Amino acid sequence: MKGNGRIIEYALSTLARRKFKNFSVAAVFSVLIAVLSSILFLTHAYKTETLKLLDNSPAIILQNMSGGRHELIPTEYIKTLSGIAGVGQIAPRYWGYYYDSLTSANYTLMAVDEGMQDVKLIEGRMPQTDTECAVGRGVADLRQAGLKDDFFLITGAEQSVNLKIVGIFTANSAILTNDLVVMTKDGLVKFFNMPADRATDITIEVNNPAEVSMVARKIRHAFPNSRPILKSELIRTYDNIFNWRGGIVLTMFFGAIAAFMIFVWDKATGINAQERQEIGILKAIGWETSDVLTLKFWEGAVVAICSFFTGLILAYVHVFYFNAQFLAPVLKGWSVLFPRFEPMPYIDIYQIFVLFFLTVVPYVAAGVVPSWKAAISDPDVVMR
Amino acid sequence: MIFHTGVLALVVGSLIVLIMAFFSVALALKIIIGWDITKSTAKQLLLERQTYLVTTIMKYVMGFQILSLFLFVYTADDIHKLFVGAMCATGSLNANPIGWSVLFAKIVIFFLCAMWLAINRVDELAEDYPLVRFKYKYLIALAPVIALEAYWQLDYFLGLRANVITSCCSSLFSDEGATVASSLSSLPVGPSLYVFYAAGAVEIALLSALLMRRAGRNGAWLRYISGAWSFIFFVVSIASIISFVSIYYYETPVHHCPFDILQKQYMFIGYPLYGSLFGGVLFSMAAAVVEPFKKIDSIRTEIHNAQRRWTKISIVLIIMFIIIATWPIIFSNFRAYG
Repeated sequence: MKGNGRIIEYALSTLARRKFKNFSVAAVFSVLIAVLSSILFLTHAYKTETLKLLDNSPAIILQNMSGGRHELIPTEYIKTLSGIAGVGQIAPRYWGYYYDSLTSANYTLMAVDEGMQDVKLIEGRMPQTDTECAVGRGVADLRQAGLKDDFFLITGAEQSVNLKIVGIFTANSAILTNDLVVMTKDGLVKFFNMPADRATDITIEVNNPAEVSMVARKIRHAFPNSRPILKSELIRTYDNIFNWRGGIVLTMFFGAIAAFMIFVWDKATGINAQERQEIGILKAIGWETSDVLTLKFWEGAVVAICSFFTGLILAYVHVFYFNAQFLAPVLKGWSVLFPRFEPMPYIDIYQIFVLFFLTVVPYVAAGVVPSWKAAISDPDVVMR
Repeated sequence: MIFHTGVLALVVGSLIVLIMAFFSVALALKIIIGWDITKSTAKQLLLERQTYLVTTIMKYVMGFQILSLFLFVYTADDIHKLFVGAMCATGSLNANPIGWSVLFAKIVIFFLCAMWLAINRVDELAEDYPLVRFKYKYLIALAPVIALEAYWQLDYFLGLRANVITSCCSSLFSDEGATVASSLSSLPVGPSLYVFYAAGAVEIALLSALLMRRAGRNGAWLRYISGAWSFIFFVVSIASIISFVSIYYYETPVHHCPFDILQKQYMFIGYPLYGSLFGGVLFSMAAAVVEPFKKIDSIRTEIHNAQRRWTKISIVLIIMFIIIATWPIIFSNFRAYG
């Protein structure tokens, strides 16, 4: 039995001698790893970002349902709601979607509320009169408008509403505010022609987190037509959506993994006369089959480790420096006005683990039989 | 079914392990039928060479099984957010109780593979491969277990239903009462503390007695007792980790999760903890498993040497395990008793 160190040294020298063949395997492997890890990194970045945002969302969002569809909610509900024990702050929210035919994009129109004043993400200020508005960076760029410019929206009656941009949300908050147009409550109600006693939904805080589901149950009892949406449910749902998207994209690449296994098998099987002779000589000078197998193991390990790290670095650059331009549209979802989202560089050990399992295990499995075939070659046959 | 990258990796990994296992079963059958060490035909030579292939494959299978054990626990931990009431891997496993069977099966397979490799090791040390038939029969018996585990794992993941918002109403209310328990019931701290240290002391005493025993003396029974006791010690240790080691590491009297200690916030202490326990028990059991083969003349000395080596490793690992388990009890600020 040779020392492992010597065998590794020898493995490195054999790899160097067949540069092109090994390089081609490593290159293909690196690209495969880069693609798969991009998917994992990006999914994870979206997940963390979304969950972080949801952290600030209210404990319960109450929607009104009619005919199985979401409807405007009567603001008089608030009186009953505040009577429920354990309920903290209650606030009606006014918002809606607006399709802008000029720029073919959907905007989210929202009434300014108390909580928003804390958001120090704005250049300019929040709207104070009905003719003022604050817009997200994406909206401003699309309309090529800046501070103090006019901003008009067309109401259902084909009349336009002229607003003055008094604030633009900064780019750091893009994921929250990119497609946002913030108006005053009265301006928004008038624009959407909403009845005075209705809101889009109601947010409810609960003082004790352990009581949230109890409060939700009571609300549902009081208003059987309503739908309380809990923060925990939102988190679960988003988590699942991103898992699902990442999983689907990953599944599409299983074909690529299988193709790669065949490629590895093929490359490893096709050893030429020279290699065979080399193994023959090794055995003639006293190497055993198990030593040659160890040699083959190290050759594979060197290629796998190099490719693994190259792939990881490629994916890191792709996702965190180039904002995952190849993958983002698939994972992000569908919308015209995408926020310019810069994923937070973060690598989880768990992801590396999953990646290792998805790539190195198939690679090793594909190489076992060919390397054994090479290892059993007879010295006398190959040197004849 | 949950389309999660970890789940997909586990399922694909199982599939590959399964293919490798059944490939080696096919080779094993061929070897069992055709093996005759006294002949020197081309066929016998090929069979001897194929044993190398089987060994290599089994080493990989075992490596993959260890990884998949950790990946499974990790994944169960990662998907706990999808279930109402689940707070860590325990909750995810409770969400579809077959998950526990998968976990146990993975641990059992890990030990079975390790025993196979131990037998294989002593067999390779002998010139005439005396254990070939036995070890390949063992392998054929092992394959269905691996298949069962793969099936359970698939069943577990297919059976998971995430509690997400549906279009009609909040899932919370359609699912009322179906939340999962998120903690394990555990043994009382005081008595389990005594049982753990008593079991550990017996384990170390048995192993030391085996080391001190002079070569050649007949004491197979001690070896078997020590092997069996290792298993008991393993069970006691896992129960103790759940019962008191965990709460000392978490510094909270109600958190008994055996998985959270693998996480970053506990400095990954779970890895050396479980690593030393699994390793220690494994080597002690391996030393017992090869005992019956001492009957065979050609490998008696090799087995004896291997046993001594494994026993030493086992003692070191088990002492390490006990130290890691005891560390927080002495040095943490947390006290389970007033």
